[in-house]
Amino acid sequence: MSPDTWHILSVFVAFVAVLFVCGIYSILVTRNLLRTVIGIEILIKGVTLLLIVVGYITNQTGLTQSLVITIIVIEVVVMVIAGGIALSMFRNIDSIDTRNLTKLKG
Amino acid sequence: MTINIILLIAMTIATLWTVMGRSLLKATLGLAVTSVVISVLMFRLDSPMAAVFELSVCAGLITIIFVSAISLVKPLTHKEAIVVSKDRMKRFRYLPLLVILFGVIAGFFGIPNDFKPIYVALANDVRTVLWSLRQFDMFGQIVIIIAGALGVVVLFREKEKR
Repeated sequence: MSPDTWHILSVFVAFVAVLFVCGIYSILVTRNLLRTVIGIEILIKGVTLLLIVVGYITNQTGLTQSLVITIIVIEVVVMVIAGGIALSMFRNIDSIDTRNLTKLKG
Repeated sequence: MTINIILLIAMTIATLWTVMGRSLLKATLGLAVTSVVISVLMFRLDSPMAAVFELSVCAGLITIIFVSAISLVKPLTHKEAIVVSKDRMKRFRYLPLLVILFGVIAGFFGIPNDFKPIYVALANDVRTVLWSLRQFDMFGQIVIIIAGALGVVVLFREKEKR
């Protein structure tokens, strides 16, 4: 791998790691269900960006773009379902705080 | 590469704003800005189809879904908002430090110097790959969309009146 390619990959990997840290930290720390979904969204964005960079470096943008399109479709469905779950939770217990979900156990 | 680094820094700022911001609505808008910056990066990295999808779906559709969900949820009162905001700042105080730490570690030690990417000989046109080589992915996408539609129907079903 040429030094230029290594440089591009290193810079992008560093920023993708930042996205992962933000997403994981957000999921771990927050108690709001919609913010948890936003954390998952940030993690998915990191994955898509990394795929695109790897495709650019290996000159396989066709394959990586098709994978990213698949990921985006799945992402939308996940977000819609998660939003629906948050809303139905709000309808039932009048809150989207995950600490109030204790009745799910057992 | 300089423009890419500027865009990546903008993406990081937008992400931090999304995660640490007080208002849920502003967090959603921050997420949309992150998507827009990522789509510009995708355009610059020779992936226009993925960029268009990212821009239209992630920055557009998902933002609308989030805003609609937020508009249906009861907002906090002023007192509650102040308490939650203080609590959030306390919980997120380590994040900027972790971001710098992991960014530096991944940048310097993430990719070894002798790393060799595997080059696979495939058709490089996204349409050919999507419709000819990865047909099973398309089938999976259709199944997932149908499952999502059914899930929405079940979740948003009105309760039966007794």
